[in-house]
Amino acid sequence: MRKPLLVAALLVTTPFFAACTENAKDDGGKSADGRSVSVTSTDDECKVSTAKVPAGTVTFNVTNDGSQVTEFYLLGDDGLRIVAEVENVGPQLSRQLVVNAPAGTYFTACKPGMKGDGIRADFTVTKSGDEPTVSADDQQLVDTALANYSAYVQDQSDQLVAKTQEFVKLYKAGDDDAARTLYPEARTHWERIETVAESFGDLDPKTDAREADLEPGEKWTGWHRIEKDLWPELAKNYTPLTPQQRATYADDLMKNITTLDTRVQGLDYTVDQIANGSRGLLEEVASGKVTGEEEYWSHTDLWDFQANVDGARVGFEGLKPIVEQTNPALAKTLTTRFADLQKLLDAQKTATGFTFYDDLTPDEVQDLANAVNALSEPLSQLTAAVLS
Amino acid sequence: MTGVSRRGLVGGGVAAAGLAAGAYAAGRSTAADGAPHPDARVEYAFRGAHQAGITTPAQDRLHFAAFDVTTDSRDELIALLTAWTAAADRMTRGLPAGEIGPTQGSINLPPDDTGEAIGLDAGGLTITFGFGPTLFRDDDGKDRFGLADRQPKALRTLPHFPADVLDPDKSYGDLCVQACADDPQVAVHAIRNLARIGFGTVAVRWSQLGFGRTSTTSTAQSTPRNLFGFKDGTANIKSQEKKDVEKHVWVAPGADAQADWLAGGSYLVARRINMHIEIWDRQSLGDQEDFIGRTKDTGAPLSGGTEFTEPDFDMPGSTGPVIAEDAHVRLVHPDFNNGARMLRRGYNFVDGSNPLGGLDAGLFFIAYVTDPDTHFIPIQNTMAKHDAMMEYLKVTGSALFAVPPGIGPGEYVGQSLFA
Repeated sequence: MRKPLLVAALLVTTPFFAACTENAKDDGGKSADGRSVSVTSTDDECKVSTAKVPAGTVTFNVTNDGSQVTEFYLLGDDGLRIVAEVENVGPQLSRQLVVNAPAGTYFTACKPGMKGDGIRADFTVTKSGDEPTVSADDQQLVDTALANYSAYVQDQSDQLVAKTQEFVKLYKAGDDDAARTLYPEARTHWERIETVAESFGDLDPKTDAREADLEPGEKWTGWHRIEKDLWPELAKNYTPLTPQQRATYADDLMKNITTLDTRVQGLDYTVDQIANGSRGLLEEVASGKVTGEEEYWSHTDLWDFQANVDGARVGFEGLKPIVEQTNPALAKTLTTRFADLQKLLDAQKTATGFTFYDDLTPDEVQDLANAVNALSEPLSQLTAAVLS
Repeated sequence: MTGVSRRGLVGGGVAAAGLAAGAYAAGRSTAADGAPHPDARVEYAFRGAHQAGITTPAQDRLHFAAFDVTTDSRDELIALLTAWTAAADRMTRGLPAGEIGPTQGSINLPPDDTGEAIGLDAGGLTITFGFGPTLFRDDDGKDRFGLADRQPKALRTLPHFPADVLDPDKSYGDLCVQACADDPQVAVHAIRNLARIGFGTVAVRWSQLGFGRTSTTSTAQSTPRNLFGFKDGTANIKSQEKKDVEKHVWVAPGADAQADWLAGGSYLVARRINMHIEIWDRQSLGDQEDFIGRTKDTGAPLSGGTEFTEPDFDMPGSTGPVIAEDAHVRLVHPDFNNGARMLRRGYNFVDGSNPLGGLDAGLFFIAYVTDPDTHFIPIQNTMAKHDAMMEYLKVTGSALFAVPPGIGPGEYVGQSLFA
């Protein structure tokens, strides 16, 4: 997935209740209920087809007739609170914004060129039988989810630093058996927050690149470089690293992990980023772990698999109180499917961790892949659910 | 309406495009219900200044095959190319591969055409031949057929690119044959018969079926969609852009001193690009569009306009440019690649499902370029390292071929190399 947490620290928290946007489509007769609003944004005008709609699900079809990128906002009665927004509407393009709006007074605003306060107008949502239910605790739920996730990432990062420290020490000392045992355990903390770790485009390749990810002449460093040195059985004509080389790679890994830890401390998250992060972790499982490609030398893929699932579940569970309000059926499905997948993973647990990937039968791999698909499909609905 | 005179088509796809459309219209005019007339044939000449199947309007179906040469004899190799030329010339005219045909020969002999194309017309078939680097020198650098001193400089095994997970059984080859047609049976028939003719001299190394052309080589064609659901190849070269075809597709005389036989030819880059279809399908519409840099609906760049509006890479968006820094359309655009453009004629493929139940599917990428060192390798490296879409791709096959120029009457394909 696209490194969704990269810009985490830069974004304002997306308000709960806000919006889902999609390409503008045919109204499909929706306009008959008076809740479809067409908005035409030009460089100096913001034409809104109606200034009053009944409460319920309101659809804004935003068309940009201007010459620069525009944005459209629905703002609260204080003119500050963003109820819903659609960004990055290019010239001659259209986007749809769907808002679940309770009765009240609002402002609409187009922002051609994304500058200034925007071209504003009053907007009223009148009472109707379709009034969305609003809980006073919503913001509380969001705040709790964000705080918990932030704490989780920091905690995993702390443990990653500690375990990596221990790992590189063993590796440098030539205590290979102990290093091999610790390798998947240390990586667990990386894999649990992989979508955060990956968001740093400079650190990720230095830390987690596999040999196949490189182009000729590119220097290979990080976890998997050391992995190959610790499990060279599969390598052809492999020359073990010298103690000096070991120290170089080990120190480099430690340095990058420490940098990651420093950067993680300053991050803030939004609910959609957490949801996208959960989806992304399962994507990592589907593309690399369930296929046995991630840990090509050590075959410790199931450790990573479990860690990705852990991270995804923690993200989901933090958001679950919100999803239970907006889409209870989805919350239930996800809870069940996480449990189903975990059951399969539990069956592969051993005294020292997990079955090595190359010891799994094709049927076991198939079952795991099916469970990953079964979970990933509803998980792809999570972001929309926390934003609706 | 019988086929368009192939003599009128010498010169390749540019002329053919207009004539083919004419043939189609003529067919329609005689059909009472307004449907295309079943006899509305499309034929492309096999001989001409350039090989057909490059700038020819992209047909809908592909069968591409790579061969290993199994003989050490230069004469046998030339004999094969001569036989292939004759068969290809016939088949592109809708005739059987052999002179006798599938049902007219001795009852005691296998027919010289396999017969599955009986009743089908030429189907717009083009057959295009190419030479791989291993035809010139084997893995130990040994000259195989006295051609080593004529090996083009740029013709060598492509380097490993990030995200390449190459299957040797879907990569490389001494020779290649690209058969494109509007009917899959016609394309398969062509490869099958050429392979049969070649047994003893060559062996099939791998082959690939494709459907749903994912590129456009003519402005008369609409832009098709790849298996990600996006319009593909909007900005690639069309045959009508004659200057760009000359500049970016054909090898100019004198471009490579030791391989002047290649002048008027091209380089063919083949890449079997598996798509992680199921994972892609779980991405939000907004993310999919951001990865590509275009809307899924019309194919307009995210900087606005319609499909063919030039992208504005500087137009600011809410967080950075509205076309993201890692958007596919930006990274492969000529503006960021020293002006390099490609002529593409890739195809979608679905080879059933993989052992995990995912589609074994993707894009069989074919590009014709004047020089892979300037027109493919650097672009592929940029894409592999920075393109957001790469997360959903895995390259499983790769090959590079030098495509000789077209031939005149009485010549065999590739004759300039052996001359």
